[in-house]
This record gives sequence, structure tokens and C-alpha cells, in this order.
Amino acid sequence: MTLSVSNLSKSYLENNQEVEVFRNIDISLEKGSFVSLIGPSGSGKSTFLNLISGIECPDTGKVYLNGKDITGTSGNVGYMFQKDLLLPWRTLEQNVRLGCDLRGFDKKTTADETSKWLERFGLLEFGDYYPHQLSGGMRQRGALLRTILFGQSTLLLDEPFGALDALTRREMQYWLLSIWNEMQNTVLFVTHDIEEAILLSDQIIVLSKRPAEIVEIMDVPFPRPRKPELILSHEILELKKKLFHLLNT
Amino acid sequence: MLKKGVTIKKIFHYTPAVVFLVILLSVWQFTVNKYGIPPWLLPSPMKVGQALWETKSLIWSHAQITLLEISTGFVLAIILGILVSTLMTLFPFAKRIFYPFLIFSQTVPLIAVAPLLILWLGYGLLPKIIIVILVCFFPIAVSLLEGLEVSDRDLLNLLRSMGATKWQIFYQVRWPHALPSLFAGLKIAATYSVMAAVIGEWLGASQGLGVYLTRSSNNFLTDRVFAGIITISALSFLYYAVIMLLTKLLLPWYSQLSQKTD
Ligand SMILES: Nc1ncnc2c1ncn2[C@@H]1O[C@H](COP(=O)(O)OP(=O)(O)O)[C@@H](O)[C@H]1O
Ligand SMILES: [Mg+2]
Repeated sequence: MTLSVSNLSKSYLENNQEVEVFRNIDISLEKGSFVSLIGPSGSGKSTFLNLISGIECPDTGKVYLNGKDITGTSGNVGYMFQKDLLLPWRTLEQNVRLGCDLRGFDKKTTADETSKWLERFGLLEFGDYYPHQLSGGMRQRGALLRTILFGQSTLLLDEPFGALDALTRREMQYWLLSIWNEMQNTVLFVTHDIEEAILLSDQIIVLSKRPAEIVEIMDVPFPRPRKPELILSHEILELKKKLFHLLNT
Repeated sequence: MLKKGVTIKKIFHYTPAVVFLVILLSVWQFTVNKYGIPPWLLPSPMKVGQALWETKSLIWSHAQITLLEISTGFVLAIILGILVSTLMTLFPFAKRIFYPFLIFSQTVPLIAVAPLLILWLGYGLLPKIIIVILVCFFPIAVSLLEGLEVSDRDLLNLLRSMGATKWQIFYQVRWPHALPSLFAGLKIAATYSVMAAVIGEWLGASQGLGVYLTRSSNNFLTDRVFAGIITISALSFLYYAVIMLLTKLLLPWYSQLSQKTD
């Protein structure tokens, strides 16, 4: 068990009114597992990741990583936001190694590692390009690489492919799975796409509307590697129906 | 191929302005000749050109002084502006103390303060340099302050999520984010600075373009006054061009971006 949160609650002041975003959330992720978090828009999924990554503090509750209390401290996990957030003044290559620079990794090792990964993602020849010269898919791949090269084995991904077209999206899912296979990361993946969640995850956590609570934690039993055609199969239809139902009640 | 097309397009772009200038100068020359306007009242363009050529070494020796005042004041204003806005960004409390003064300082008329500086500091270079600093500091500091204020919270959150320190966020995000704004401020400051130095020289100096101007004007050498004006404009433009060039060289990502949105 690597990542776990216990009794997490958070509320915000909105127009002088206290609004509870979620209350008493408990989850724990097996080491090396791929867990998706789905829930209605505004149910606090991003807030949840913010709390785990340490950029916000919970009102109550704790976040543990490998048994260590990391509540309110940052830099322990890789966090990929919905927007690619590439820095416009850094080239793609410089963007990808941002985390390494911040953590003060050895320059030579970083350079080697960066070009290795850029090559693998078919981005090597674009290393000197600035973000505005790249397509949306390339930028998102860059953001994913940056998250991986940050070097933490736990990854939080907040609707990372939400803004991409279907084809690019498939491609990105494929990249992500290949990395996950190789690096044995623990992944917490936020999405609003049921099919995406089924294709990618070992487990799906369903959140309710605000104030969010865990409605259901579902195992996804299909063997890997999963083919995209799986989506069309009968076994999956049941699961989709159930998830659809949970999300719309 | 593309490059050539671009230069030709540029030439065409400026053609109307150049044609207009030529027409303007011709009408001026013609009018002065036709009506026999005395040169002390309005010299013809030819006469101005002549004065510029004949007094070029005199102009150059005055211009050197003015250039020295401007450059020194400009560089000091940049250093001061960077220091002050960095301080205000890193320590919000400092901002609360100094920001009102920064704004208030702009309501003080330079023309009124300059004589005091001359009174206190004499006719040398120092009061002019200080005037240049006073004029340049504000646009530099304010544009930098604005640029350092990164409005995209997600960008800051990204850095925070990576465990970046306040200082790292400053030089990885705030500072590069502020550079386009800083350079915009520098462009304004560059054009102001020449004017500031010349005003300083008017009020009391033994050398500089301002002195050349007042002396020529007192002696009704109006053609030289025009020659001085041309020199001052050329200097302003020179500074402006240098800043533009630096922007291109130092912010390749930004000049591409702004070209793209043109
Ligand atoms: N910094 C904040 N201040 C006030 N309210 C916030 C803040 N961040 C999020 N919220 C509120 O919390 C709720 C959950 O937001 P969010 O976590 O972004 O949801 P999701 O990612 O599931 O769409 C929203 O209703 C939003 O208005
Ligand atoms: Mg969200």
C-alpha cells in the first residue's frame, strides 16, 4: 500500500457561505495500481488531488505516502494538471526537465534521460521548439513526460486527456499505459470518461455530487493488455451501465 | 524565397510614409524660397541639413555628454527598478510600504524638481543623471511589477506541486513572465530618458545637446536648433531600436508569439 488518505474533508468560503466540497474521504491505493476517480463536474476531484499533492491543506484528515504523513507538503508525487501548463519561455526539452531542474538533479543525467524519453515519445526533433509551435497532443505528451521525469513513482493525473480529440486521446492512453507498465507507477487518474476509466484502470472510485462522498469502489477485472475493441464487448456493457447509473443519480 | 517576399513587403509597407515625408520637405523648401521667409524664423530643410553637416563635430561633442548622462541614468534606473520591484514581489509588506510612494512620485512635475537638483548638486553631470533616473524609474518599476504578478494560478500551483521554493518560483516563473512587460517599460523609458537629459541641460549645464539647443536659439541660429532637434530624435530612436533588438535576441519565444498573433 503506497498512497492513502484518511478522513479527508475540505470546505471553501463561497459568497461568505461555507461550502463543503467533500467530507470524510478514505481511500488507499495498492502499490503499482492504476486507479481512476470519476464523479460529476464540481464534485471536488481537482481539489482532492490538490490536497494530496500538498498545494492545499485539508480541513481534517491526513495523507500518507508509504506510511509517512505528507499532509500539506509538496513535491512527493508527480501531478499533471488538466491544462498542459508548459512554460512559454522554455523549449519543449527545457519544459520536460523542469522538475529535474527544480530538484537539482545532475545536468548530464537529466539531459540524457530527457532526450531518451523525448525520442520514445516521438518528440526528439521538437526538443528545441517553443510550446506555441507545437500541437495540442504534443504539448500534452510534453506535460506527461514532465510529470514522469519529475521522478516520483506516484502520479496524480487530472483529466489529462480531456481537451484532446478522440484519436490523440487513444494515442495518449497508449503512451500512458506503456509507461505505467515499465515504471510500475502508482496512478490516480481523474476522468469523466467512463470508457477511458474502464480501459485504463484496475479500480474505479465513484464520487457523488457535492459534498462528495465515495459512492462505490469498483474493480475492473479484465486482463491486460486491453484492446480498444473491449469497449464494444458484452462484459463491459454491464459495468458501463452500472457506472452510468451511479454517476447520474 | 519567403525571406525575400518579406523584405519586399516591408519596403512597400514604409513607402507611403517615405513619399509623404519627401512631399512635406519639398513643400517646406518651396514655401521658404517662394515667400523669402528669413532663416532665423524658419530655415529651409536644405539649410538645416547644411547646419547639421557643418556643426557635426560640435554636435557630436555635445551629444557624447548627453549620451553619457542618458546611459548612466538609464542603467541605474534599470538596476533600481529591478531591485525595488523584486523586493516588493518577494515581500508583500514592502509593497504595502513603498507602492503608494511609487504612484505618488508620478504626480511630482519633473520640471519643478529639476531646478532644485541643479541648485543642490551644481552644473555637473550628476543632477542630469538623477533626472534621467527619476523619469525612467517609474515605467521600468511599474511594468516589471505588473509582469511579476503572475495571474495564472495554475502555473504557480504547478511549481508548488513540484516542491519549488519561493525563490525558485520567482526566477523560473515570475521573472521570465515579467520580461516582455519589462521590455515594454524599457521602450517607454528609453524615449523619455533623452528628453529628461535635455531638460536637465536646459536648466543649467556647460555641455550637452540641451546646451547646444539653448545657445543656438539665443543666437537666432534657428537652423542649428532644427539640427539639434533632429539629433535628439535620432538618439531617442537609437535607444528605442536597441531595446527592440534586445527584445528579439533575449526573448525569442516572445517575439515569435507576438508575431504569430499579429
Ligand atoms: N480555491 C477555491 N476557492 C473556493 N472554492 C473552490 C476553490 N477551488 C474549488 N472550489 C470549489 O470546489 C468545488 C470543487 O471544485 P473542483 O475540485 O475543481 O471540482 P472537479 O475537479 O471535480 O470538477 C467547486 O464547486 C468549486 O467552486
Ligand atoms: Mg477538475
